[in-house]
Amino acid sequence: MSMILLIEQLLNGIQSGLMLFLMAAGLTLVFGVMGLINLAHGSLYMVGAFACAGVAAATGSFWLGLAASIAAAAAAGAIVEVAVIRRLYARDHLDQVLATFALILIFSEGTRWLYGSFPLYLNVPAALSGSVTLPGGIQYSLFRLAIIGAGLAVAVGLFLLIGKTRIGVQVRAGEADREMIAGLGVDIGRLYTLVFALGAALAGLAGALVGTIQSVQVGMGEPVLILAFVVIVIGGIGSIKGALIGALLVGLTDTMGRVLLPPLFSLFMETSAATSIGAALASMAIYILMALVLVVRPGGLFGARA
Amino acid sequence: MTGSKTGIHRETRMTRYLTTTALALSMIGGAAMAEPVKVGMITTLSGGGASLGIDTRDGFMLAVEEAGNPELEVVIEDDQQKPEIAVQLSDKMIQSEDVDVLTGIVWSNLAMAVVPGATRQGKFYLSTNAAPSQLAGKGCHENYFSVSYQNDNLHEAAGAYATNEGFGTMFIMAPNYPAGQDSLAGFKRFYEGEVASEVYTQLGQTDYAAEIAQIRDSGADGLFFFLPGGMGISFMKQWAEAGIDMPVVGPAFSFSQDILPAIGDAAIGVKNTAQWSKDIDNEANAHFVEAFEAKYDRLPSLYAAQGYDTARLLLAAMDKADISDADAFREALRAAEFDSVRGKFSFGPNQHPVQDIYVREVVSEDGTLTNKIVATAMEDRGDAYAEECKM
Amino acid sequence: MSAAEIPAPRARRAAPSRETLVNAGLGLALLVFGLGAWLLDEPFLITLATKVAILAIAGAGLNLVLGYGGLVSFGHAAYFGIGGYTSGILAHHALNYTPMFEWPFLFEGSTSMPLIWLFAMVLGGLAALAIGALSLRTTGVYFIMITLAFGQMIFYFAISWPAYGGEDGLPIYVRNGFPGLNTLDPIQFFALAVAVLFAVLGLISMLAHSRFGLALQAARQNRQRLMAVGIRPGGVLLVAFVISGAITALAGALYADLNRFVSPSMLSWHLSGELLVFLILGGTGRLFAPLAGAGLYITLEHVLGGVSDYWQFYFGLLLLGVVLFARGGVIGFLTGGRHG
Repeated sequence: MSMILLIEQLLNGIQSGLMLFLMAAGLTLVFGVMGLINLAHGSLYMVGAFACAGVAAATGSFWLGLAASIAAAAAAGAIVEVAVIRRLYARDHLDQVLATFALILIFSEGTRWLYGSFPLYLNVPAALSGSVTLPGGIQYSLFRLAIIGAGLAVAVGLFLLIGKTRIGVQVRAGEADREMIAGLGVDIGRLYTLVFALGAALAGLAGALVGTIQSVQVGMGEPVLILAFVVIVIGGIGSIKGALIGALLVGLTDTMGRVLLPPLFSLFMETSAATSIGAALASMAIYILMALVLVVRPGGLFGARA
Repeated sequence: MTGSKTGIHRETRMTRYLTTTALALSMIGGAAMAEPVKVGMITTLSGGGASLGIDTRDGFMLAVEEAGNPELEVVIEDDQQKPEIAVQLSDKMIQSEDVDVLTGIVWSNLAMAVVPGATRQGKFYLSTNAAPSQLAGKGCHENYFSVSYQNDNLHEAAGAYATNEGFGTMFIMAPNYPAGQDSLAGFKRFYEGEVASEVYTQLGQTDYAAEIAQIRDSGADGLFFFLPGGMGISFMKQWAEAGIDMPVVGPAFSFSQDILPAIGDAAIGVKNTAQWSKDIDNEANAHFVEAFEAKYDRLPSLYAAQGYDTARLLLAAMDKADISDADAFREALRAAEFDSVRGKFSFGPNQHPVQDIYVREVVSEDGTLTNKIVATAMEDRGDAYAEECKM
Repeated sequence: MSAAEIPAPRARRAAPSRETLVNAGLGLALLVFGLGAWLLDEPFLITLATKVAILAIAGAGLNLVLGYGGLVSFGHAAYFGIGGYTSGILAHHALNYTPMFEWPFLFEGSTSMPLIWLFAMVLGGLAALAIGALSLRTTGVYFIMITLAFGQMIFYFAISWPAYGGEDGLPIYVRNGFPGLNTLDPIQFFALAVAVLFAVLGLISMLAHSRFGLALQAARQNRQRLMAVGIRPGGVLLVAFVISGAITALAGALYADLNRFVSPSMLSWHLSGELLVFLILGGTGRLFAPLAGAGLYITLEHVLGGVSDYWQFYFGLLLLGVVLFARGGVIGFLTGGRHG
């Protein structure tokens, strides 16, 4: 394998990691602040993708679609928080898992009811289509570069939001001691709705961006949901920094596993079998990584609490 | 478009689907000679894979309604694309509904769960799509007919096409599961050039950046891939973005009418192999395409055509023999005396089709993406497993 | 995690309580349903009742660690699938006359249920031992997720491992045999599954009332106190996890025989989720919760599934309602609210 290809694959790993980060950021934020496991995060991702595809098809503008995806997911998030989620904060994780599992069923089948079972069309806008030549002669898709940019922007934005703003102070105080912050006169109910809607908006954005180069269909949120959970568990639940590092680790492990394991196996066995076994191992690689991290550090890499 | 579609769902949902005005007619007629035939259709009507099952069902029911045969009753159930649900439904249909014929399964893993048990209990199974190699070779059965193809066929045709086109090296790719492994084996069976690289992706994978970089780097003359459903949509969109100038060929699954709109213009120009296309020139096909579009307000896919042919085969057999005489009925099925929308159609010794397989190109017709035949990849192709079948 | 909120099962020795009566009613209802279907000659309904019994066994395995030990395992499909594959693979070799291994002795697989069950339970228990030993280092949500990760690992392995069918799965052409029974007869297989179910429930009830069971419940409620009396909570939980894995694997072996088919879908995270759903529908921490939950789930699947293609939408609403407003589940409802 040439050096250039290797670098390109590393870039792909980082890109796929940042894509996961968009998804994981909202998930870890919601867990960090409210202590809630939200399986329905993948459904909000799907809502974002469907809203983007629907509005883009109706108006012909991808950018309006993108705005709609954020708005729709945030609205869906806020409604769900007020109607369901806020009853779950005081419950144990089992109740949270099951209630949000129920939400997955409702969202998925509801979407299928509205949009039918056939996948929707959503494509890259003209301004971002095609590829550019990076230094070193690497041909790289412009849209993927945009995803890298969006991921980094969200990371910086979240660090600033948590570190520098009033809401950030409240969020951090809320993580540390919920009773205290309520005692200080902060409307904790409103804060929670806001944080949940923010997490949902991030999921919606991820859904629209990723849906643009993938398939927009019912059920698209589930595989990525599991990956996002792997990410935040590796990073340490509740930590934005952990989510970023975890996402990059998972993205790189997955990509490099897929690229390197099959040729590695073909060094000492027949090609067809090697590619098959290598690919099998690659599909397990991130789960092996997660198990290893948890065995060594049961609270994840940057975990504050379990 | 979504409105009309959901309308169809509701209309055909009833689990007991008495065809047309069946009861009334048979009572008035009174002289109906044939035994009634009860068909159990198990197909995927919910979840991510529902579009394939819906097309299968709609194609099948179109033929049933057109025939208006009062002796045919169809029961339709949703398998949710889960093998254990499919088994349960087949148990229900065999044990309580007392069906004579089962059909409709889209996925090979579900077919493997249902078919061996059903045929051993003396029921006929007519496959509208899935036809795994196990059921074509050693596991063949006199009550099992595949009306679609044998799973390897379209991949073999892609291999033959790549050879004919003189592609010296090919990059080949499929998901890492039995159908994917069969796909690459099928392709290599008829491809005479050199395989530049063979890659297995993860089942359900949605991001193909790493694979696309490998493909670009391989410098192969062409790309063959088999990625059904959402995987194919994702891959084609990302492939188009990468802007690689390499001919692409694959089996029809990633370019069938149900998912072409979702891929968009990225699919234009891609070659894909299929045993059916809406522009095959024969009377049955012209009628089918027109009637399907009129009834469901969308173009038929490969799955719809296979469903339609399956129902027509069954109806033709019903005209010739009584279901109560299993041997005679089996002979009538084997004879396959119906006008297939594919034109020529007959069964090989293992009761899988012997048929022509075409190369189609994705084109845009008045803004609608669809397929057009550009070549014939294989003529009168049977399958690689017929010899292993001892019937 | 606030596991203490899960209502605790309590040892009871007094006159039959309301819950005991409800339990007896549930057990009886299953039997009556099966026998009724047999009298009415509705073999499919017998099959459904058998499915309920088998899923209830799997749920009972999970209930041991979840209801009594407070461990939310989101990966119990792993043991269910391991049990299923044990049955499928042993039968596959025996039916095809291909030896499984020839060294150190010739072993040609088996179609005898007792032997298959033994293998399934040993293998399920061993897998639970390995996974539990690593997973129990974590707690709370990390435990939920690491069990999910191990489940996914085994799932992907099964999909891409070609020897036993991969994603296509492995058919068992003839249901495995049990001495003295014709297992192909639906009612006899049903009786067998119900007998196993009652044996498992009896075992769990016995365990719960034993010294081990008390230590297990103490491990959920107060680890410090347990350590103070000289018992390592980790050890108690691990033993429970292994027993739980073995029971769920036994259910998997039976399930493979019910369907005469195994496939990786038995290992999917959806199945792990469904097992959790059974327990919450039934009423977490109650001995008969798995039976009540599995019965309700299967009934709904059939009733709602016949009404609408979108039945899962309604099922989601119902599940949400139960989690939010009816925390005692079916049994809680039948016994009139909170526990005890």
